[in-house]
Amino acid sequence: MKIAVCIKQVPDSWAEKKMVNGTLDREGVDAVLNDLDEYAVEEALRIAEAHGGNEEGGANSVTVISMGPERATEAIRKALSMGANDAILISDSALAGADAITTSAVLAKVIETGGFDLVLCGTESTDARMSVVPAMISARLGWAQLTFAGSVVVDPAASTVAITRVTDAGVDSMGASFPAVLSVIEKINEPRYPSFKGIMASKKKTIDVRDCAAIGISVQGAWSLVADSASRPARAAGIKVTDSGDGGKELVDFLAGKKLI
Amino acid sequence: MSNVFILVDLQGDAVSKTTAELATAGARMGDVTAIVVAAPGKSGAIVSALTGPISSAICIESGDLATHGVPAYADLISQIVIEKKPSALLIASHAFGKEIAARVAIATDSGIITDAVDVAADGTATQLVFGGSTTVHSKISHGVSIMTIRANTIEANNAPASPAVENIIKSVSDVAKKATITSTQPFVKGGRPELTEANIVVSGGRGTNGDFAAVEGFADALGAAVGASRAATDAGWYPHTHQVGQTGKTVSPQLYVACGISGAIQHRAGMQTSKTIVVVNKDAEAPIFDIADFGVIGDLFAVLPKATEGVIARKS
Ligand SMILES: Cc1cc2nc3c(=O)[nH]c(=O)nc-3n(C[C@H](O)[C@H](O)[C@H](O)COP(=O)(O)OP(=O)(O)OC[C@H]3O[C@@H](n4cnc5c(N)ncnc54)[C@H](O)[C@@H]3O)c2cc1C
Ligand SMILES: Nc1ncnc2c1ncn2[C@@H]1O[C@H](COP(=O)(O)O)[C@@H](O)[C@H]1O
Repeated sequence: MKIAVCIKQVPDSWAEKKMVNGTLDREGVDAVLNDLDEYAVEEALRIAEAHGGNEEGGANSVTVISMGPERATEAIRKALSMGANDAILISDSALAGADAITTSAVLAKVIETGGFDLVLCGTESTDARMSVVPAMISARLGWAQLTFAGSVVVDPAASTVAITRVTDAGVDSMGASFPAVLSVIEKINEPRYPSFKGIMASKKKTIDVRDCAAIGISVQGAWSLVADSASRPARAAGIKVTDSGDGGKELVDFLAGKKLI
Repeated sequence: MSNVFILVDLQGDAVSKTTAELATAGARMGDVTAIVVAAPGKSGAIVSALTGPISSAICIESGDLATHGVPAYADLISQIVIEKKPSALLIASHAFGKEIAARVAIATDSGIITDAVDVAADGTATQLVFGGSTTVHSKISHGVSIMTIRANTIEANNAPASPAVENIIKSVSDVAKKATITSTQPFVKGGRPELTEANIVVSGGRGTNGDFAAVEGFADALGAAVGASRAATDAGWYPHTHQVGQTGKTVSPQLYVACGISGAIQHRAGMQTSKTIVVVNKDAEAPIFDIADFGVIGDLFAVLPKATEGVIARKS
């Protein structure tokens, strides 16, 4: 099986984020691998390992695909040190400030030419928080959509994949033939820490960096335009009381004062 | 006047409270048509349950929805959007709604905005990003304005609706049938209000130590929904469907009460835009106090029962 994992480099969740000219200022903050994508990397490795492994020249391979600035190679290295085989980074100044429509077009274009059986994504990028890219990739490629997977079972001989889809509404069992686009929820597994060996090995793995011309796509510019943005005043420090018997009563008085009860 | 579509939001076969909020937002931009996509024989009852400023309804029924899910819904909606050319399409902002919006955007060559908390007459959406620290105004510049709107953020006009109904027959394209749903277990809804729709949410975390009775008691006194931190859902103390946060639900109630929750960034991501935040935590240093309007440093097992009594006393 050829498995692709879409990963994004995002600002560290704890970093203070700012908008500059209508897009997120990515320069001024620490960047990390989107933690929700680590589950997708882990699941891809587990699928490969359950069916003959992903050793060089073996039955399966796991390719990491990312769109982002050059420095996204740091996040990619993490996925490679977890055990992914190789990576493709699409990096182009024309892609700065890309929206989900463009991101999905770029990722779909790369996936389409890669001969993959399965594409795994996280459920959400922690910066954009849109949760739309996996469905968009599936729609663009006309591949089966198996998103919000809480468990994945692959049958390489039959070229089929089955998942349980876990959402607000309930749990569905669903399946499809290859090729398919999956997203995995964070309850699916516990991502491994890169081993020392994995970190050393990752240094020799290839990251194929391509620009828009190389993948044969021309960028149209975002279709959702930010008119303005403003920092909201931080929540003013509220009232804090120590319970010495009437904390509950004081709480109720506060709610009553606010006309909340 | 321009024609604005809203996708009627359902919980099972029932029309959710969010639907009237979508209609209210849509009516600012134009004449609202409610799109009802339902299993065979179900759309009539859904239309008669609609409220809000809705002038017409388009119903489309299909037996393929239950077996093919999101792509099937999106395919039927895309066909209607391409035919009727509305200026905007408003959808509720949850996992299902966002995936439909995503696929319709691709099928109709349109831009998309998710998680709007307000929409103006000219189609400008307001979003709160980066954990609510930044307000962004944005607008779609291409195709149909496809926007998903967060529940409970727009005050709904709930006047009864008596829309002109058009029934449309369409079939789901083969490409939208590539994945098949073989079984469905809907989550059973308890007696309490739905988390994302509730005006008040009372949540419990690791501090409950698995005993949610005090949290539920306070929630019931307030007529509130019950939420939980991931620590509580992971431990199996409360169902995952009640998880609030990055990988759970995003709530924006009038009042959010966090009990025995430390306030990790992933939890805050789902509740930070609540209008008023109240905290009960025995650790005065817990980061959740930084965003609290009112905080009690104390043991939830002592504070909540007293507060529950207090609320009941005031109500009687
Ligand atoms: C990828 C990822 C996604 C995540 N998504 C989510 C998410 O969606 N939602 C979420 O909530 N978390 C999420 N988390 C987890 C998050 O990082 C925290 O671990 C979690 O929110 C902690 O839950 P807690 O506050 O209940 O527990 P803790 O952090 O252990 O805090 C418990 C608090 O209870 C207090 N306490 C203890 N006993 C009492 C008592 N008797 N009375 C009063 N106070 C008491 C303690 O002082 C402490 O502050 C995610 C993490 C990751 C890595
Ligand atoms: N720039 C990107 N490069 C690679 N994968 C991405 C990118 N943006 C989003 N994804 C994938 O799509 C998922 C959902 O992202 P989003 O729709 O932005 O919330 C992420 O978890 C990633 O797996």
